[in-house]
Amino acid sequence: MAGIEVTALHKRYPDGTVAVDHVDLSIGDGELFVMLGPSGCGKTTTLRAIAGLERQTTGDIRIGDTLVNDLPPAERDIAMVFQFYALYPHLRTRDNLAFPLRAEGLPKAEVRERVAEAARLMRLDQLLDRRPRQLSGGEQQRVALARALVRRPRAFLMDEPLTNLDAELRADMRTEIKHLQGELGTTMVYVTHDQVEAMSLGHRIAILNKGRVEQIGTPLEVYDRPASLFCAAFIGSPPMNLIEVAVADEKLRSQGGLVLTPPPGLPRDRRLVAGVRPEALEVTTPGAEGSVPARVVSAEWLGDEIIYVVDHSGQHDVRVRMPPTVRFAADTPVGLRHTGGTPTVYDVHTEELVA
Amino acid sequence: MAVSVDEAVSTVPARDRPRPTRRLGGRGRSLVEVALLTVLAVLMLFPVLWMIETSIKENRDVYAVPAEFFGFTVTMEHFKDVFVGPDGGRSALSVAFLNSAVVAGVSTLLATVLGVPAAWAYSRFAVKARKDQLFFILSTRFMPPVVVVIPIFLMYRQVGLIDSKLGLILIYTAFNVPFTIWMMKGFVDEVPAEYEDAAMLDGYTRLQAFRRFTLPLLVPGIAATAVFALIFSWNEFVFAIFLTSSDSVRTAPPAIAGLIGGTTTDWGLVAAASVVFALPVLVFAYLVRKHLVAGVTLGAVRR
Repeated sequence: MAGIEVTALHKRYPDGTVAVDHVDLSIGDGELFVMLGPSGCGKTTTLRAIAGLERQTTGDIRIGDTLVNDLPPAERDIAMVFQFYALYPHLRTRDNLAFPLRAEGLPKAEVRERVAEAARLMRLDQLLDRRPRQLSGGEQQRVALARALVRRPRAFLMDEPLTNLDAELRADMRTEIKHLQGELGTTMVYVTHDQVEAMSLGHRIAILNKGRVEQIGTPLEVYDRPASLFCAAFIGSPPMNLIEVAVADEKLRSQGGLVLTPPPGLPRDRRLVAGVRPEALEVTTPGAEGSVPARVVSAEWLGDEIIYVVDHSGQHDVRVRMPPTVRFAADTPVGLRHTGGTPTVYDVHTEELVA
Repeated sequence: MAVSVDEAVSTVPARDRPRPTRRLGGRGRSLVEVALLTVLAVLMLFPVLWMIETSIKENRDVYAVPAEFFGFTVTMEHFKDVFVGPDGGRSALSVAFLNSAVVAGVSTLLATVLGVPAAWAYSRFAVKARKDQLFFILSTRFMPPVVVVIPIFLMYRQVGLIDSKLGLILIYTAFNVPFTIWMMKGFVDEVPAEYEDAAMLDGYTRLQAFRRFTLPLLVPGIAATAVFALIFSWNEFVFAIFLTSSDSVRTAPPAIAGLIGGTTTDWGLVAAASVVFALPVLVFAYLVRKHLVAGVTLGAVRR
């Protein structure tokens, strides 16, 4: 087991595209570290560089104390799970699991023992004699996981391993991976574009955009204080409301009259945007105390909650999370009120958090 | 206010919906189809059947007027003549067949050995100006052989490759490599690169990963591609007739063409030689027919 240090990693392809732009990551020993971002943000390239499948243009990668820049993948002592599982199609489950061990040249008895152990851990005992195409997607992914852990590598690299599974199975596997990682205590770098997966799995999350790290933090930090407008819009479903505000009389006021408590130390001379989570707002009857007039555009009944989309003057599509007991029909005039604490505030031009 | 699920689904059971109508229903349609297909089949197959018949007819039956379709004496003399010369030794035709086999076989092998790794490289690696390179490779096939045969002839005369099997092998390889690269690239693209990635993480080098994991999955594609290359080399006529002259080097197509002309033409021998010439290609195409279809429809379905 080992931590992973990525220093000033830069990857430029021959055609000039910069996939990873001077990324620094410090992943602790035994940590479950998630790299999150939209497709093309450089997360997979970073992961492949750590694996040694892609050579970085500049920058250093250390696994444990070893500088691995020039080591081929096989000598980095890491295991990787792919989105398409990449089980060898001509081998039975048993041989797929034994394969990396045989490549290492371990004695037969030990291979057998470790395959059995991995199979037990991933509950594959019944499937050992099947070939990959006789397995369902979930089973294939469990085999792929077992193949990764059978080697007892220093770190696991996961490249969107759950993307090809259906929603229900994905939730199960998520739990399973988290549990497994906790039990083995092995460092894991997990790449995903799914923010729910990132939030529920990660000890820490790195949000990447256009090859750069936008923010690194625990799921709560990332949720409560997104470091940039990009993070604010990316994390959370429905996403944070970004409301343009101005500072006046020690308060933040939106164009429509919504009043928010300002965080301390706000610059006065810049155009600002406040990030307000849907649960920090409330839809009220029109004219309720502290509310501004608004109109319901649509309502999504999700069973345990209702997401209202409301317009208030000058501000469209504000999303509000409400308990299912509070009901308003579409197109009715309502009130909109801020109930949460101080919002995060961003500069419109730099798109970064100012306070 | 909520939309109930029932409203969203049509309440009309599937069997009550109007069926799509056909102008020619059932039996009538199939009769017309069969009739048309039969006419087409006769038109297409007649020359082949006639060739086979001629090859087993005695010479006087070949020239019989009106032509005999059935009641003729069957003879295998022509086939014997294809392989055995008038002096009892090997015939010139049998040497030509052997030359064809050598030239087609070796050039196909070379094209495959060179083309498959090239296709793999173009599929897997970020090669600079990959598209331009691939287009350039393909562009060598834009010109028909007859356009380049004179320059090739002059070049071959300079380097002493005229009238040699090696010369034919090289030119056929040159023509087959672009085709092999293009066709194989399609097959390699279909094999997920993750197999090689996984194998590399499991302790293999890139080349080992290619050889042990990707290559076995490519075998059907290689077979299909090689058969196409083989058929091209086997059938090739223009280069063969321009670049070879002696019987010991000449391949079968110009050799068979050479039988026609002069004062008399032994049509029985021509037909028998043609049948022998057509057989290997038919057998190969039959053996790899599944892969041929797979090769042709490749990329039509997303995995």
